[in-house]
Amino acid sequence: MLELRIDAKSYRSAEGTPIEVVRDLKLQLEAGSFGALIGPSGCGKTTILKIAAGLDTDFRGEVRRPESGRLGMVFQEPRLLAWRTVDQNIRLALPPERAGVDLTDLIETLGLGAHLALYPGELSLGLARRVAIARAFAVDPDFLLLDEPFVSLDEATADRLRGELIALTERTKATTLLVTHDLPEAVQLADRLFFLCDRPTRIVLEQELPPRYTRSKDTVTSISDEMRALAVQAVAGAHGN
Amino acid sequence: MQRFLSLAVMITTWAIAAALVHSRLLPSPLTVGATTLAEIRSGELPFQMACTLGRVIGSFAIAMLLGSTMGYAMGRLKPLDRFADSWLVVLINMPALVIIIFAYIWIGLNETAAILAVAINKLPNVIVVMREGARALDPEIDEMARAFQFSRIKRIRHVVIPQLAPYLAASSRSGLSIVWKIVLVVELLGRPNGVGFVLGSAFSLFDMAKILSYAICFIVLMLVIESLVVQPLERRANRWRRRLA
Repeated sequence: MLELRIDAKSYRSAEGTPIEVVRDLKLQLEAGSFGALIGPSGCGKTTILKIAAGLDTDFRGEVRRPESGRLGMVFQEPRLLAWRTVDQNIRLALPPERAGVDLTDLIETLGLGAHLALYPGELSLGLARRVAIARAFAVDPDFLLLDEPFVSLDEATADRLRGELIALTERTKATTLLVTHDLPEAVQLADRLFFLCDRPTRIVLEQELPPRYTRSKDTVTSISDEMRALAVQAVAGAHGN
Repeated sequence: MQRFLSLAVMITTWAIAAALVHSRLLPSPLTVGATTLAEIRSGELPFQMACTLGRVIGSFAIAMLLGSTMGYAMGRLKPLDRFADSWLVVLINMPALVIIIFAYIWIGLNETAAILAVAINKLPNVIVVMREGARALDPEIDEMARAFQFSRIKRIRHVVIPQLAPYLAASSRSGLSIVWKIVLVVELLGRPNGVGFVLGSAFSLFDMAKILSYAICFIVLMLVIESLVVQPLERRANRWRRRLA
């Protein structure tokens, strides 16, 4: 179970004036389920994710992470160690007790088998993103955070990686929180949607989705349209207050 | 080929000049070569070079170790940087000779004083370079390492040191040449052996052949160290970079 309560989060701009990013945000996600945060660019989604990860402790509120809480994280950029090979990048993230573990399946699933000896500078962006995803899954996380992991990839690659992500989360039963501004992507992947408004951001709408196996490509489109209408209403309501 | 040619031109010019001047103040390359051989055979030159090399290695190691740690700390901790910066400015501007004299007076005319004096001379230079390196560490990679709970050792070895490698290489390169130059001065002033001591006594006898043969041998030794140790290490550290091209 992930519980996130952010009463207030602000940071100082370059000129020194404080900017409020998040206000009164409450989020609950059941263990093993997949949540998606959806909101406009620059509304503070990444900030929320960093607070959930425990990377940013400078806020008012409280985070309760899943028990044992092994964290896997995919950042918006691949963030690989340029001076280590693909294989080393994946293995370095492993906790000591998983040091010698066999990753062949994961590496084959993500199509990295032929690239293990390369350095990140030799990879295309799509491959580098796959390495970052492999790194997050290799730790066998109880808790997975994804920050727009498929942005700026061509649609075919992104779609294939989404499929792989679904398979991996279903297998590992990790509690997952995905940040995206792509609504159909969220509908395709998540069990529960959280819509955010502009800064200072909070959750304006929370929606449970029907079980994932009932969602075909067409239903994803129709659910997305339905959700978009609801979200527009909710955002308008939030601004009206 | 060009290098070889320029070396040949230099030696020929030297030989012609020596033949024209015909004075013991400018011995010919042949005389210097003969002196060098004689010194090597007697065991004198290898012994003196070993003394000097030992001091170079000792003070280089101390300066690099202390300098990297202090530079890293100053690059990472703002308050420490503001506190220690004025000391650093004093140390940078302190003449090498003053530090050497202080060391000999306060610690005594011994090996510790000699090695320490050289290390302190080199220290501020390492600190300044390593501080730049620490400031340039990528905060995003740092965040990644925290998210995946890298242990301290793992972080230093795989995250910090590879990013500092170019700065380490730069400071050890410039460091080696500074150190060996200052070691000779330290030896001249207060040691009973080493290349600096020999040069000092040869100077009082106006023995130019000996001065030239020791100077040349020592430069050759330093070039060998540079190309056999420093450069291969640098290539190894930059392996991942070369393959980008």
